[in-house]
Amino acid sequence: MRTVNQRGWFFVLPVLILVAFNALMPIMTVVNYSVQETFGNNVFFWQGLDWFEQILRSDRFQAALGRQFLFTAIILAIEVPLGIVIALSMPRKGIWVPVCLVLMALPMLIPWNVVGQMWNIFTLPKVGMLGYFMNDVLGVNYDMTQDPLAAWITVVVMDVWHWTSLVVLLAYAGLVSIPDAYYHAAKIDGASSWSVFRYIQLPKMKTVLTIAILLRFIDSFNIYTEPFTLTGGGPGNSTTLLSIDLVKIALGQFDLGPAAAMSLIYFAITLMVSWLFYTLMTKDDAG
Amino acid sequence: MARITLSKLRHSYYPDPKGPDDYALKEIDVTWRNGGAYALLGPSGCGKSTLLNIISGLLTPSEGRVLFDDNDVTDLPPDRRNIAQVFQFPVIYDTMTVRQNLAFPLKNRGVDEARIAERVAEIAEMLEVVPMLDTKAANLSPDNKQKISMGRGLVRDDVNVVMFDEPLTVIDPHLKWKLRSKLKELHQRVRATMIYVTHDQTEALTFADEVVVMQEGEVVQIGTPVELFERPQHTFVGHFIGSPGMNILPCEAAGDRARFQGHEIALEGPVTGSGGTTVLGIRPEYVGIGDTGIPAQVTKVSDVGRHYVIDAQVGDMTLKAVSEEAVPEKGASVHLAFRPEQTRVYRDGWIATEARR
Amino acid sequence: MRKRSIIPILYIAFLMTPIYFLVSMSFKTTNEILAGFSLFPETFTLNSYRAIFTDPTWYWGYINSIIYVTLNTILSVAVALPAAYAFSRYRFLGDRQLFFWLLTNRMAPAAVFALPFFQLYSSVQLFDTHIAVALAHTLFNVPLAVWILEGFMRGIPKELDETAYVDGYSFPRFFMKIFLPNIKAGVGVAAFFCFMFSWVEMLLAKTLTAVEAKPIAAVMTRTASSAGYELGLLAAAGTLTIIPGAIVIWFVRNYIARGFAMGRV
Repeated sequence: MRTVNQRGWFFVLPVLILVAFNALMPIMTVVNYSVQETFGNNVFFWQGLDWFEQILRSDRFQAALGRQFLFTAIILAIEVPLGIVIALSMPRKGIWVPVCLVLMALPMLIPWNVVGQMWNIFTLPKVGMLGYFMNDVLGVNYDMTQDPLAAWITVVVMDVWHWTSLVVLLAYAGLVSIPDAYYHAAKIDGASSWSVFRYIQLPKMKTVLTIAILLRFIDSFNIYTEPFTLTGGGPGNSTTLLSIDLVKIALGQFDLGPAAAMSLIYFAITLMVSWLFYTLMTKDDAG
Repeated sequence: MARITLSKLRHSYYPDPKGPDDYALKEIDVTWRNGGAYALLGPSGCGKSTLLNIISGLLTPSEGRVLFDDNDVTDLPPDRRNIAQVFQFPVIYDTMTVRQNLAFPLKNRGVDEARIAERVAEIAEMLEVVPMLDTKAANLSPDNKQKISMGRGLVRDDVNVVMFDEPLTVIDPHLKWKLRSKLKELHQRVRATMIYVTHDQTEALTFADEVVVMQEGEVVQIGTPVELFERPQHTFVGHFIGSPGMNILPCEAAGDRARFQGHEIALEGPVTGSGGTTVLGIRPEYVGIGDTGIPAQVTKVSDVGRHYVIDAQVGDMTLKAVSEEAVPEKGASVHLAFRPEQTRVYRDGWIATEARR
Repeated sequence: MRKRSIIPILYIAFLMTPIYFLVSMSFKTTNEILAGFSLFPETFTLNSYRAIFTDPTWYWGYINSIIYVTLNTILSVAVALPAAYAFSRYRFLGDRQLFFWLLTNRMAPAAVFALPFFQLYSSVQLFDTHIAVALAHTLFNVPLAVWILEGFMRGIPKELDETAYVDGYSFPRFFMKIFLPNIKAGVGVAAFFCFMFSWVEMLLAKTLTAVEAKPIAAVMTRTASSAGYELGLLAAAGTLTIIPGAIVIWFVRNYIARGFAMGRV
């Protein structure tokens, strides 16, 4: 195993300096703002924890937080099982494997606002492919600039389109690491395909699936650019997720105090959930 | 338990094989009796794993039939053949306990709970794993994991054949002999037909009543360990089995005499056939060192424990002899005597002398 | 063809549909686009692409993006390599806490950092430079690169290091000549991920630039709002942003699956 060697710090130093520059100073700025009030002119007044109280009590924040949790829960509930099913039905070897993998990874390599813009045009009534099919072929009245439900479904479908492949690729990596002998033994033991999944494939995918869920949780919780370019948070506030609301307050209204307090609460929630996952993961490494 | 018959079996991984080289398994025709212990022995890539997979049903042969007793199982899937297999790397269900692992094959077949408990207890006792029944299988040592994967096969009382695919590969050397004798003991207790695949001659010869030696997809000899040693049917068997292997020396042969480096040598019997490349085959154990015979020069003497291995040069050929007594020094001139009843001629690899009656 | 391959085929079809729509739109004339949806371009035109390649504000957007993405990738991997080595080989005071703290930066919402970054990089006179964006992106790329590389390095037995020292290699020589070649797949994957996340991130890139270092995707937003609906142009520009990603992923295609698992399978 690893040896005790304080020289490790020396190796970590460049990373430490770089990340500290990027992380510590901005966080300090945010903390600073979060406890002060300003009316411009660089004059600040001590405000204590008032902003935090105000944010936590505000209906607007609670609504955004609720939408955020709902969104994350929905996309996890769709993307994780779907990703597993797709990974299970993919070929394990042959020339189609790299082709599948490259095509599947493609959506993840498109700049996020291009993703949003693409889906925006895609859903335009008449002009866009989806809008055209929904309205003119299927006769469903579909316009996400008017209908909050349509906007929600579109944001979720876009995220499924954008990120399910991450779960697929992770699950697939876990699957290909299973030696053939396991499948042979299961066949000989007369195991059903459900048993094979439950007792062989799922245990082997556990680590990678934890990573997948962790990454999907974090990224969906922090999502900003794609839904913002797609719907702008509307109609109304119906698709205003946490980040969108935060940017509205900070850069739109320049309410630095509340925005900073909100940032810290937001960050704390992300951190807490991620820490939970992290301990679960490293517990396995040690045991 | 069943008698296993492999009838005119051939297998190729190509969809339409052109010549014999396209076959991973060349024709094999053999019957194994019920309750016997057999070994498939050969270097890696010789086709023994292909043969094993055909018997277990993971592969369907290109040609030929597989019979268990009188039932044709060639097209049956593995789970309907009632077989058990122990793999090179221990295959266990990590998330289950040892008990659940052992019960798994029975559960899948809908055996009732009481019967399962009874069988699991029985097998656990036989394998000496009773104290670990309730531990997670993932936490076991490799040799215990192998025992459990064997147990999953033995737990079914209708098992036709138990197959071992190099089961000792990942076992620590000092535990190898222990597990090996456990296997032998189990065979005597359950009397199931067992097939043991390995590239290690010691494992094969100690485990099996009968050994199938394979090379490049071809069965070169089937016989008891003694037969393989005493009368190899092919130079490959002579060379592969025994330590050191058989001396193989280019010669010319006619009648019951062979000519090697200008010396006339008596054979076990008259030479059959004609043409091809002929070689003389004699095991080092049957090369005597004395005052009469073929003159040779000792080039090397190695002490391998129980006996000495002597390299001796005759003309431009080197051959090996085994001696248990005091040996000549390096560089000494000696005379070599070949035991006629153990001296044979091989033509294109295959034996070409008649046995002495 | 087996029956279950229908699932990946359907899924890939679902993924490709919006992309196809975008690409086909980029070859249409504005009139055709506004006249309503059509599956294939009726009058095939390269006008949109011509417009992009002759207008410096457009094509400089690409060059800017590529400059800061490349800078970021090199920087992230270079500093992550020694750190990942330390995490995979040594135990030192606070190593676990440090590792977790690094990861928290991967978890930080970019929106939280937008405003403070703007102020920070303005105050150090780096606003609207490629370096600013490259540095800002290291916030999430360095932790990721450390995580991926550490996963790959853990797979290399420690005996390799010890044998090299016995053979008289100095540490830097060992690291460059022996260790790096052994984890080159990991380096490739880490570089790929840095490229990917730097290429797709837009909130920080947009906040930290104005003119000189403006990324392509931000140029698109401006066009969309200022010139009304020039959908063909927008589609062409969008299509062009897909290409670098497609090229890069082709290089790491054999490591994608393992790479996405951060070397942890």
